[in-house]
Amino acid sequence: MNPENELNRSPLIDGALKLYVLLAYLFVFAPILASFVFSFNSDRFPSIPLGHFSTEWYRAVASDPLVWDGLRNTLLIGAVVGIVSTALGFGAAYTDYRYRFFGKQVYLALALLPPTIPVVIMGLAMLAYLSRINLSGNALSVIIAHVVICSPFAMAVIRLRLSQMDPSLEPAAWNLGASEWAAMRHVIIPFTRPAILGALFITMAVSFDEFAIAWFVSGLNETLPVKVLGFLQGQVSPRINAIGTFVFITSMTLVILAQLLLSGRGPATDKE
Amino acid sequence: MRRHISLYGLTFSLPLLIWQLLFFVFPLFFLIALSFWTVRNFRMEPGFDTVNWVTMYGRPIFWQAYGTTLALAAAAAVLTSALAFPCAYAIAFKLSPAVQRWAVFLMVIPFFTSYLVRVYSWQVFLSDAGIINVMLGWLGLGPFRLLNTVGATMIGYLTLSLPLVILLQLFSLIFVDRTLIEAAHNMRCGRLRTVFAVVIPSARVGLVIAALFSFILCFGDFVSPIYLGGGDPTTLSILITDTTKSGQQWPRAAVIALTMIATLLVIAFLSVRFAYKGREK
Repeated sequence: MNPENELNRSPLIDGALKLYVLLAYLFVFAPILASFVFSFNSDRFPSIPLGHFSTEWYRAVASDPLVWDGLRNTLLIGAVVGIVSTALGFGAAYTDYRYRFFGKQVYLALALLPPTIPVVIMGLAMLAYLSRINLSGNALSVIIAHVVICSPFAMAVIRLRLSQMDPSLEPAAWNLGASEWAAMRHVIIPFTRPAILGALFITMAVSFDEFAIAWFVSGLNETLPVKVLGFLQGQVSPRINAIGTFVFITSMTLVILAQLLLSGRGPATDKE
Repeated sequence: MRRHISLYGLTFSLPLLIWQLLFFVFPLFFLIALSFWTVRNFRMEPGFDTVNWVTMYGRPIFWQAYGTTLALAAAAAVLTSALAFPCAYAIAFKLSPAVQRWAVFLMVIPFFTSYLVRVYSWQVFLSDAGIINVMLGWLGLGPFRLLNTVGATMIGYLTLSLPLVILLQLFSLIFVDRTLIEAAHNMRCGRLRTVFAVVIPSARVGLVIAALFSFILCFGDFVSPIYLGGGDPTTLSILITDTTKSGQQWPRAAVIALTMIATLLVIAFLSVRFAYKGREK
């Protein structure tokens, strides 16, 4: 069971380490769980002991037209961002899989680096640049910015799937007389379909949660997370918990769907 | 090489290239130009004037914020790495593969949970009448001022970067050659000594990269310093958001952003060099 040598084992230290793992997970999940619990708590000021079970914060959120506006923007933006970044990410993953060319390192850096730039800097750069070309302050500007940071995720997910493909499949199709386009349609795309769908859901989930860049560039078309940022600046409000729980369930559904799709066919061996 | 320049190939490779050039590279380079523009009567005027650089670099508050941000992010990277390591170590070496898979799955969940909601949740824990102070009250202690402190900012930074650091450390520890560990054991190398002499050096690249990511995340975060740290001491990211949102002082914000990018490039370069340096520590 345990791969480690019998020599250096002490039940005490092993037990302490396992307890430590539990504590670390507790720290990570404490705010998530608390938000879930307090979203159903009747008291206005979240504290213990808890009040009684109540769905009033969900009702308060659901009856707020501004929240619905935010949700509509979030969903619309997320859907477009998911489709565009998956398409771009697919192209980049396929380019990396199939071609070798001068400057490929730079190409891959462009394809993968954006999420490592701090969001305040991306937000400011986007706001200044997009307003210069008259594209700021609307849903389109959020879409543009989100595609920049989401397409690397799509690229990584699809690239991983392509690396599991038998490299002789595509040439075999060519030998049988298929054009490059036909091979793409009948070999590459069917093989990567689970990863394409997985990337679609993951990029949507990333877009749903992103608030900083959206806060800079969205103008009046705020997304739901930007609304939450606004609530955070205002007074204590359990509405944040209700929205947070809702967003969490939406994101997790997308991620689990993606996970099921990605692990659906063949073992997910991570080969580079 | 020549035959690769086909319509087919370009259809797949060009869209991302064009998009990232237009909306990732250009905006970042635009910041450089912007930092030399001037603002007159609340309107930005293109030009080449070093006034923003001179103004910002002449302000003690800027350098204070710079020092604070650097110190906080460095502290967060060290603290996160130190706290994550025993956890990643235990998951990598002490848990069965099935439990390991669950541990990884669980650690992915926080990435899809709103960071804002988690920060709000910490406010509920840390405020004067919050959960922690109530519990301390039962023991006859407190109340302590927990919110709006540097410690609270640090909790926020940990919330932000701990999951990522644990995962990155875990992946580098899993690939540590187990025969090396067994060899160390067979040579009667003690537990701690094995960790420091074998495990950590073997996994060094991953550990340093994990710490670097933690640094980058915390260096650019404005949510924890504002909503948990109370905005005091000010960090560079708070300065950027304030400067951007109040009026038209975007050129000054650009100066701050460019300084941050330069700092990150230097830190990233140094960490990667350190990570790949020869065996000596």
